[in-house]
Amino acid sequence: MSETKKKPAKATKTAAKTATKTAKAAAAPAKAAAAPVSAPVSAAVPEEVSATVSAPTPAAASRSSVRKTYKLYIGGAFPRSESGRSYAVAASTGEFIANAAQASRKDARDAVRVARAAQPGWAKATAYNRGQILYRIAEMLEERRDQFAQQIAGVEGISTEAAYAQVDAAVDRWVWYAGWSDKLAQVLGAANPVAGPYWNVSSPEPTGVVALLAPATPTLLGLTSVIAPAIVGGNTVVAVAPDASALPAVTLGEVMATSDLPGGVVNILTGGTAELAPWLASHLDVNALDLAGVPAGSDLARDLEIAAADNLKRVVRPAPGGPDWTADPGLSRMKPFLETKTVWHPIGI
Amino acid sequence: MFEYAPAPESRSVVDLKPSYGLFIDGEFVEGSGSAFKSVNPATEEVLAEVAMADAADVDRAVAAARRAYDEVWSRMPGAERAKYIFRIARLIQERARELAVLESLDNGKPIRESRDVDIPLAAAHFFYYAGWADKLGYANLGPNPRPLGVAGQVIPWNFPLLMLAWKVAPALACGNTVVLKPAETTPLTALLFAEICRQADLPPGVVNIVTGAGATGAAVVSHPGVDKVAFTGSTEVGRMIAKQVAGTSKKVTLELGGKAANLVFDDAPLEQAIEGIVDGIFFNQGHVCCAGSRLLVQESVAEEVVDRLRERMKTLRVGDPLDKNTDIGAINSAEQLARIRTLTEAGEAEGATRWSPPCELPERGFFFAPTIFTGVSQAHRIAREEIFGPVLSVLTFRTPAEAVEKANNTAYGLSAGVWTDKGSRILWLAQRMRAGVVWANTFNRFDPTSPFGGYKESGYGREGGRHGLEAYLDV
Repeated sequence: MSETKKKPAKATKTAAKTATKTAKAAAAPAKAAAAPVSAPVSAAVPEEVSATVSAPTPAAASRSSVRKTYKLYIGGAFPRSESGRSYAVAASTGEFIANAAQASRKDARDAVRVARAAQPGWAKATAYNRGQILYRIAEMLEERRDQFAQQIAGVEGISTEAAYAQVDAAVDRWVWYAGWSDKLAQVLGAANPVAGPYWNVSSPEPTGVVALLAPATPTLLGLTSVIAPAIVGGNTVVAVAPDASALPAVTLGEVMATSDLPGGVVNILTGGTAELAPWLASHLDVNALDLAGVPAGSDLARDLEIAAADNLKRVVRPAPGGPDWTADPGLSRMKPFLETKTVWHPIGI
Repeated sequence: MFEYAPAPESRSVVDLKPSYGLFIDGEFVEGSGSAFKSVNPATEEVLAEVAMADAADVDRAVAAARRAYDEVWSRMPGAERAKYIFRIARLIQERARELAVLESLDNGKPIRESRDVDIPLAAAHFFYYAGWADKLGYANLGPNPRPLGVAGQVIPWNFPLLMLAWKVAPALACGNTVVLKPAETTPLTALLFAEICRQADLPPGVVNIVTGAGATGAAVVSHPGVDKVAFTGSTEVGRMIAKQVAGTSKKVTLELGGKAANLVFDDAPLEQAIEGIVDGIFFNQGHVCCAGSRLLVQESVAEEVVDRLRERMKTLRVGDPLDKNTDIGAINSAEQLARIRTLTEAGEAEGATRWSPPCELPERGFFFAPTIFTGVSQAHRIAREEIFGPVLSVLTFRTPAEAVEKANNTAYGLSAGVWTDKGSRILWLAQRMRAGVVWANTFNRFDPTSPFGGYKESGYGREGGRHGLEAYLDV
């Protein structure tokens, strides 16, 4: 937390980030050394997490912490599941961390409804404006590095270093996709030299509402890597964050809620992919489906694809063996959610 | 209306054989299924017997395509592939008249259209994609574009040779080999194309043509040796294909149905708009997936537009497709004629007003008079379902916002038309139309350089242009 507070003004952001990383790298071993039992870094992580969650500062040691209720993120608000259900999210060590809202079929339908309502406005926003908002998400995420790193380390059972690396990769990915907003039309569009007195140009347009089944891990990077490419082109999304990824997912929702992203553009449902996915795959007001979080070659993947065929949804199949989320994603998750529109007009006087 | 003397194109240029086989591995071979007949829809005369490919034949064709892919075509430098495709383009031009007459005989479309639209555009597609074969790295699709393998292609009966060109030209340019199934009612120009492939010395197996009906198409689509599926046809069949390939690694593009809105504003140049409306719905007997079958007219000019349209429709000549004066030829099949009749009867039953110009239809053959319906509501079947015939539904609107709302109120999203004199309004509307092609102050324009394909339930993927390459590349 202290590193964040010490951060200088935005102008020197890059330098600050480097400094933060260095400070963190130096701080981590120190913390491990300070732990009562001398143990490898990875074993010390859960202690560090629970220490952070329940006792953020030494001075507060005598008081009980106020714990956060993890809810869904729908239409810019944070409702509980209409079903009243929740499920326990445990740390990788098995220790209870929090109860997350378990989204229902009705929650999924509500999310699709608000995503549909938000879609025309989001698509109509200028590319510059959409880019600004995606950059803003990156900024807000950067500011919460520590919170995300601790959450990720807790639920994924990875080292703090690895968790920080994932947060950094997610921040960088938001920045990368943000930059695409006003370049997609130039890179994917075309002026077509037709054989006749006509002007004709092709440009990419959003396909509409996209349902995303996020992978369980990497929690934050996986969710970022499916949401950012879908929304940058003007789509709105309903994302399902499964199981333990719920916690970083809800926190990412909080980032979005404070990033000038219009309510409904991104909706995040926590719970079980297998329970929610069939309703989204067969929903006639969903235009596209990303099966990232479903095992490739599974019956579920095939069944969802069959259900999606009813209204000819654009489907991104899961990559065999799972994709490498750290690799340069290229256009692979933007293009499937873009249509090409060609407009013709006669030329003459 | 002037009386024109008949001006029939001679059919002597076409040398029809009594029977045709399948084209597999560079040879014409017998099919295993029972042969079927292709008829001239304008006379109901049997043109030829055509072999029916069964699953075993499809298997042979896919094996030939795979061998040609592995051993020859995918290894050949793009510059060499380009020359074969270029040869094919030239051969289509050289045999244009023969192809046009055969197309009109088998399909029923007016010779004016097969001669001036279908065949020249088919050649143009081969020219366009020939030029891409050695430039794929410049297509801006990815750093290392590679072919997919064997493409299974199933095409419809409305533009038999043109749809073949849309599918075969980009597939070959990208280094794929193909197994193509033409429609059951219009296989003949595809078989003449097979001869053209031989004249071009295209290596055996690069193009294979399997004739047959739905079962043959299903065998092509579901064959495990097919890496890419390309289909043009009805949304219903497209859905089936999407389900068939679920869970596989096959790449798929679908060009499906449409119910295009053609919007006419009160400031539109009406003379041109009327021509555009006629072109939009009566071109190719309305057998066009992007036909402007829902006319949306601003209320203030609706009466005038409909009156003028009726006057114009009185001058349309319906009849012998081979007559150079014919505007509207034959409906492609008895089955399609029955479907058009069913839907137009539903239009009347649901309360819309039907009108056709007085015209005498030939006694034999499958013909349907150009028809418009006024007083159509959005809920009517004729406003929602694709009719695929020369039938126009007229609706009205008051404001641009209402026009957009009504135009987009369909599960389809292939095309749209806008007629207005105001440039800013054109751009405003073009942005809001949920359709893959928007024609402003024109309609039904096609060009090999221009991507074509649908939004929503009109399918996915694009054909034509740089975008059309992506369907045949691993990028």
